[in-house]
Parts: sequence; C-alpha cells; structure tokens
Amino acid sequence: MTLVEVQDLVKHYPGERSWFGLGAPRAAVRAVDGVSFTIASGRTLGLVGESGSGKTSVGRTMLRLQEPTAGKVLFDGNDVFALDAARLRALRRRMQIVFQDPYSSLNPRMTVEATLREPLEIHRLNGAVSALLEEVGLDAAFAKRYPHELSGGQRQRVGIARALSVEPQFIVCDEPVSALDVSVQAQVLNLLADLQAKRRLTYLFIAHDLAVVRHIADDVAVMYLGKIVERAPAAEIYAQPRHPYTTALLSAVPEPNPRATKQRIVLAGDMPSAAHPPAGCPFHPRCPHPMKSDRCRTEVPALRPITTGHLAACHYAQSPMTLADAAHQPLNRPRHQ
Amino acid sequence: MTAPAAPAAPAAPPVLLRVRDLKTYFVTEHGKGTARAVDDVSFDLFPGETLGIVGESGCGKTVTSLSILRLVPEPPGHVLPGSLIEFEGRNLLALSAPELRAVRGNQIAMIFQEPMTSLNPVFTVGDQIAEAAIIHQHLSRRAARARAIEMLRLVGIPDPDERVDDYPHQLSGGMRQRVMIAMALICHPKVLIADEPTTALDVTIQAQILELLDRLQHELGMAVLLITHDLGVVAGHADRVVVMYAGRVVETATTDALFEQPTHPYTEGLLAAVPRIDARRARLHAIPGQVPAATAWPPGCRFHPRCPYAWEKCVAEEPPLLDAGDGAGHAARCWLVTEPERRVPKR
Repeated sequence: MTLVEVQDLVKHYPGERSWFGLGAPRAAVRAVDGVSFTIASGRTLGLVGESGSGKTSVGRTMLRLQEPTAGKVLFDGNDVFALDAARLRALRRRMQIVFQDPYSSLNPRMTVEATLREPLEIHRLNGAVSALLEEVGLDAAFAKRYPHELSGGQRQRVGIARALSVEPQFIVCDEPVSALDVSVQAQVLNLLADLQAKRRLTYLFIAHDLAVVRHIADDVAVMYLGKIVERAPAAEIYAQPRHPYTTALLSAVPEPNPRATKQRIVLAGDMPSAAHPPAGCPFHPRCPHPMKSDRCRTEVPALRPITTGHLAACHYAQSPMTLADAAHQPLNRPRHQ
Repeated sequence: MTAPAAPAAPAAPPVLLRVRDLKTYFVTEHGKGTARAVDDVSFDLFPGETLGIVGESGCGKTVTSLSILRLVPEPPGHVLPGSLIEFEGRNLLALSAPELRAVRGNQIAMIFQEPMTSLNPVFTVGDQIAEAAIIHQHLSRRAARARAIEMLRLVGIPDPDERVDDYPHQLSGGMRQRVMIAMALICHPKVLIADEPTTALDVTIQAQILELLDRLQHELGMAVLLITHDLGVVAGHADRVVVMYAGRVVETATTDALFEQPTHPYTEGLLAAVPRIDARRARLHAIPGQVPAATAWPPGCRFHPRCPYAWEKCVAEEPPLLDAGDGAGHAARCWLVTEPERRVPKR
C-alpha cells in the first residue's frame, strides 16, 4: 500500500539580486525539477545524489518545511500542500525528519529531556522520555544532559528519539550517518533498521554514500541536477545500472579491498550549476556513453520504464554503457603500476 | 616499546622520513588535564611509497601530520622532548625557524581537507601557487607566474592561462583542491602529506582527485603520507598502512596483509563495520561504545573496553607492537598475537 506519493515536485529558489538588492535578479536555482516517486508502507526509498543534486530539497519540501514551487505530495491520501496550518500540524505528527548534523540540529540550551518533551507537549501526547531513550539505546541518565556533553553518535540517537516521540509512520532521514565515524555509523544504521522492523516505519533515506544506501534501502532513486535519472529496486540498480551517471557513480566508490580489480570511470568536470542547467539531458556534458549523440544535447530524456520496475532517463538506456566502453575514454585508462 | 618493524631488512631502501616516539600533548581548558592526542607514535616513510594513516576522529592522525611540520599550535599543544622526526637524517624538531621554513612547503608539503578554508580568499590562485616558488626557488614574479600556469595545467585545470587570475570563490570544490595540490607540488617536494584530501568532495570528484594524486606521484616520484578515515581510499591507494587508535599505532602492515589478515580487533571491527557496495550485509558489525577522551585513556590496552576478546591481561598491561610474523613488517599492539587461541568473541 502506498503511503507517500510525490507527483512532479518542483522547487526553485529565486535568484538573488546583485548590487545589494538593487540590480537585476539572477537566474532561479532549479533545485528540484519535476520529481515523482511513491513509497509503499514499511519500505525504504534511498534517494542518492551528490551535493547540489536537490535530494535534501526534496525531503524538506515534501514535509512542507519549505513551500513548493509546484507539484503535489500525497501522504496517506492527504494533499500535504493543500492543508491549513492546524491540519498540517496534525499531519506532521505522522511524518518526521532526522537531520544530518547532530551538532546543529539540537538546541544547545535544552537538556535531552526538554528536547524530547517538546514535541510531546506540542502534540498533547503522553509519552515517557525514559522509554524513548531506552529504545534508541541510551541510558535514562542521559535525560539530564546537554548536547555538548554527548558524542556525535549519542546526539544522533537523541535526534532519532525526538523524531520517534510523536510515533510517526514516515521519517525522512536526511544524511543521518554521514557526520559519524564508521564504527558509530554502523550502530546508528543498525538502530534505524531495528526501529523500522519494530514500528513498521517507512523511510525516505537521503544520502550521498551508495554503500550505506545499499545497506538500508529497498528501492533506490538517483538524482542529478534536480531530476531523478534512475530508479529501481536496490539489488537491481547495483547489479545492472541503466543510466551512465549511476554506472559512473557506482564505479567511483572506493572499495575496502586492495585486490578489487574494479574498472573506474572518472567523470570529467563538475556538476553544472542548477541555475543554468544544460539543454537536453542534464548529464550530457559529462556523459561517457559511447552512443552519446545530438539528441542528448537537445532532447530531455523522460524517466521511463526499461524493464519492469526499473526506470531510467537516458535515450540509450536499452543498451546501457559498460565499464569497458568507458575504458576507451582517455580519463579512464587503467591505473599504472 | 618496540618500534614498528620496517619492511624486511635485506633490500630496505633508506628511510626518507623517520618518526620515533612522537608525543604531542595538549593542555586543556578548565583544568581537565592533559590530552595525550599523539602518544608514542613511530613509523617510517620510504621514498616513492604511499603510507596510509587510518583512524577515526580523535585517534591522533591529524595531530601526527601537523607535528611533522611543526604546525601544532603552541600553546596549548606541545611536542614532548624525546620525540624524533627525522627527514633525510635531520631532526625537524631541532631545527631553527629559518631552517624549518626551508623544508616546509619546499621538501615536505601538505594539503588539507577543506580547500576553501586553506586558501586565502583575497589573493588570486595564481599568486598563492607562485608564492612558494618565489620564496623557495627565488623565481621572479614573471617566472613564478609561468610556473603557476604550468602547475595548473599539470593538475588538470582547463584554461590555466585564465584560471590563474581567478579567486578561490570562483572555483568549485574539486577545482580548489586541484589548486591546493598545485600549490603543494610547485617546489617538487619529496614528501606530500595529504590530510583527508577528498573527504569534503563528492564521490565522482574524489575519484578525479585520487587519480590525479596517483598520476602526479608516479610522475614526480614523491612519497605520500595519506591520512584518511576511509578504508576504501586506503585500499586503493596506499602501499602500507598504519592504523591509529587512541593516540597509539595499533597495527601496521602492507595494505594487502592488513585487509586480508587484520590482526588487531579494532582493525577487524572497523573493516566489518563498513557497508559494502559489492554485497549487502544483513547486519553491520558495530563496535560498541565510543572512543574514550584523550584526557583519560583507559589503563592497559586502550581498546579493551570495546574489545570482544579482552581478558584480564588486556586490562592490566598494555601490549607493545608485536610482530605478527609475516616477514613484511606486519605488527599489532595486541596480546592476541602471543595468545591467538583467545580470539573467541565473548559477546
């Protein structure tokens, strides 16, 4: 059963005016440019992309932490963008967010207890702070502490406890482990998995780390310059990527195995600015696909099904680029030694 | 304390940079005591090789790298007497300020994690790259500018003749890191210290920068000290690895040996905690607890409170770096080396 449905979501940030607000406005930043997906109840969608791809804007706009430019989000059948303030607040109880930076997302002047008590009071709920702490693996003694007395991993557990306090069905996890060390990251990922199983939670898991996403997600969507360029069940997208950007991204992840004989695709250049996206396929200036043509430079490829449940926005997704294809490019010669 | 063994004796090349018994402590505020950030660290760097220093936040890897070039702010920090940092036979810790300046940026150069905060926003990148060549090689401004353009080309910046007049804010993160590398390499240093050089970058840009470093190392023949928390980066780019925990070297080995036969339980746990892209694991192995504070390292083995194998001896007595016996310098600071039958997890 679908719990969350996003239809053609658009979020543009207006360009700032130059000359201290007197000059002509700059081009708007098209952070999210027509994104659609659904998440079934109890499942995890991993939303992957590099900085500036628009993944965080998707998460925040969905929860209406910022107003959308266009599009629709249905949560359990409710149109999130059409609700008045009172009903939005009621709905917020069911959808929560865990932020990336456990250092800046907790109020330094509130104890852990006060932080966890606040959402309960707003939503007039009864709940025990000690039970919440126990659920996220913290001793009840932490209730009296302030954020500066906690480590990064402990703070992130408090952030998770705060999200859980109102008993939501859906949690947007926005890079929840990327600020943590690897040993602590594993603790928090295991905790998120346990909580999902126990409380039947639905997650949108936003991350730049493809290995982390593989570990936690049922389905994966890859974003590039405000658009989803590929979406598929996790096992499928890692085994058989269809979009050349996904292929390159997967190949670029350093593997903790010195014997890995992985062919690496090193993409040239940087991601273009979302204020001035290229015409045609947004990826074409960096695309190493051997079939790249004039069509890529002029026509935006639609996100369309290639096989059942596997969508890709590439004109040549039927014949996906292989690592061997990319090896012919000058940048991707095998490493010396 | 046993020194970490250098690669097998016979054909061992001369050591380029020898670090012995390095101790860098910090006096903390509010009288909380002394933070023993780097506590008796020893390793060797040989010409042309890449030595990875791996560890999590607070293990002392960055302070180690800063100590080499004496960049630790004093106070609150200080390198203790008895520490030795020997570069081509000279103890850097004993050099006068002008002598040290002749080494720093010239023969040993460094790049940092955050290229935006390490570049000066009010000078063009060309001026900043050229500065080292003017100081160390006494080039004229004009010649230094030409060298700067050449360096920008070497690090793969398109249109170097134009980019040389850009300010840092006009460049992307990946381009700024290339500028940092150009700055570090303009004097053709013998040692490059790269402290988390790709941590602030996206994965596709990280791949570009790592490939660039590999290529430049190959072309210029320098040794690289690669400091990182990322075991994947180490696996792909280091020849040998030093693993640090709680201010100590806990394991050292060739890269292949470290990944094939991690001997210290911390190394073993770290490898098991990394989510893998090549296979989905049902559950990640988490190391319980967290790194203790540098003002209060645990007695005995500093890892024992988090170790699944620890027994009485580990609490009572800290092990030295013990030779793991592969003949290639593999050593671990763990009593399991002498009592391997105890490698049975308690939990």
